[in-house]
Amino acid sequence: MNGAEYLLFILMLSVFLGFELINKVPATLHTPLMSGANAVSGITAVGAIALAGSGEGDLAQWLGAGAVALASINVVGGYLVTDRMLGFFKKREN
Amino acid sequence: MDTSLVTGLGYVVASGLFIFGLKMLGSPATARRGNMVSAAGMLVAIVVALLDQGIVDYTYIVGGMVVGGLIGAVVARSVAMTSMPEMVALFNGLGGSASLLVGWAALSPDSATFTLITIVLSILIGGVTLTGSLIAYGKLSEKLGSGQIVFRGQQIVNSLVVLGIVAGATLFVMEPTNTTYLYAVIGLALVFGIMVVIPIGGADMPVVISLLNSYSGLAACAAGFAIDNNVLIVAGSLVGASGIILTQIMCKAMNRSLSNVLFSGFASVSNEVTEIEGEIKPISADDAYYILEAASSVAIVPGYGMAVAQAQHVVKELSNLLEANGAEVVFGIHPVAGRMPGHMNVLLAEADVPYDQLLEMDEVNPRMDSVDVAIVIGANDVVNPAAREVESSPIYGMPVINVADARTVFVLKRSMASGFAGIENPLFYKENTRMLFGDAKESLGKLVSELSS
Repeated sequence: MNGAEYLLFILMLSVFLGFELINKVPATLHTPLMSGANAVSGITAVGAIALAGSGEGDLAQWLGAGAVALASINVVGGYLVTDRMLGFFKKREN
Repeated sequence: MDTSLVTGLGYVVASGLFIFGLKMLGSPATARRGNMVSAAGMLVAIVVALLDQGIVDYTYIVGGMVVGGLIGAVVARSVAMTSMPEMVALFNGLGGSASLLVGWAALSPDSATFTLITIVLSILIGGVTLTGSLIAYGKLSEKLGSGQIVFRGQQIVNSLVVLGIVAGATLFVMEPTNTTYLYAVIGLALVFGIMVVIPIGGADMPVVISLLNSYSGLAACAAGFAIDNNVLIVAGSLVGASGIILTQIMCKAMNRSLSNVLFSGFASVSNEVTEIEGEIKPISADDAYYILEAASSVAIVPGYGMAVAQAQHVVKELSNLLEANGAEVVFGIHPVAGRMPGHMNVLLAEADVPYDQLLEMDEVNPRMDSVDVAIVIGANDVVNPAAREVESSPIYGMPVINVADARTVFVLKRSMASGFAGIENPLFYKENTRMLFGDAKESLGKLVSELSS
């Protein structure tokens, strides 16, 4: 079991790190940044998996299964469309 | 070996890969690999989650993954680049709803108070993100009409909804077994999402989808607290931070505060007619060709109209021909051109314009006075000199691309209607401005055929 203060500590560090990293993303990549963020927010799948696999057939399991499906759309769709977009960005030849 | 140790280490690796992938997004040269690194992180996190010994039944999990994965893959392959804002809006909503469901499912009769608070938060943020994103999707795809919806007593209704949410959430935390409170909180969160987005007009959509992007991350973060999972917190807060930064950039580019965007809109535009001196000077494609042929430096400034006219490919053709003719061609891109951050860049990249030719506003403005011809394609407010010159203008103070500093300005425009924000544009009346009326794609096509003959 993790304590609440330990989780808050992680939250604080990753928020600061996020600000630092994202400030360095050039404006030209802001659309792929957003669709990539969609994909990363599909991380909820990780939490949903345990809930959907409880095997109890109760409400929580159904909710978990729904969350797995929704988050999977984000993960698969988000990474694929971001890859498709980033494939367009080319440097000038010569 | 202890499985919880494996799980823990797996999540550390996944978080590291997310962070590293994001860092590689800092340059267009490494961005594609960065996206793959991030995807690898996601794979690690999901595999580790699947190894969890608490799982007894995989049917629901596999079912959810197959259905979701297929839908995601089909959407990602088929979506047109012009529709990216709608897709991102929809995906924000899906992320929010997944967090809502996880928060709800994490509820158990013996949850501690801190856990209950985080459950409420993930339900609230997730719910607001879900319906807010659906409304944003409706507006962006023009299924709902892109205007603002404002009615009498809106502020009062909103305040009542907020009070209801606070009361419902408090009662729920005190008495988690009473499902009435839970359903009330879910219902009110969904209503609030709608209420927040309906009064916001289409021109402010870049801000709204950035903000909802951030919320979808914060919802995942709250869900991470609810189920005591640190990888959700790391990934969710990275997304949350990204959305907040983009929101700030968008607000700054419109010279407005976030609260101004969310609560007032452009509704208060005064109808007083500002005296604009000068007259409209139309130009034919023939005459425009002669001026372009003699130009040695050209700056192209696109706006959402370019996307609507699907003119990005013919723009690229024009740019190639001008370069072959010895001119230097750059693209000047305003942060809020289009319906989402970076939208113009993706459209032009898809049309094979190299990214080093796409300049940000701050790079293109200093060199504008040495530009022979500036071509404005489907942009209006982002090139409006009233932002610099007319103190009474609602957009006064907004940073714009100073196309009027170029020797000649061509404005490609369908008619003389004012822009999305409904503000008069003195640029059209300037001494050095020539209006090339008609569909942008057709007008550019004429220039291309003249230049290539």
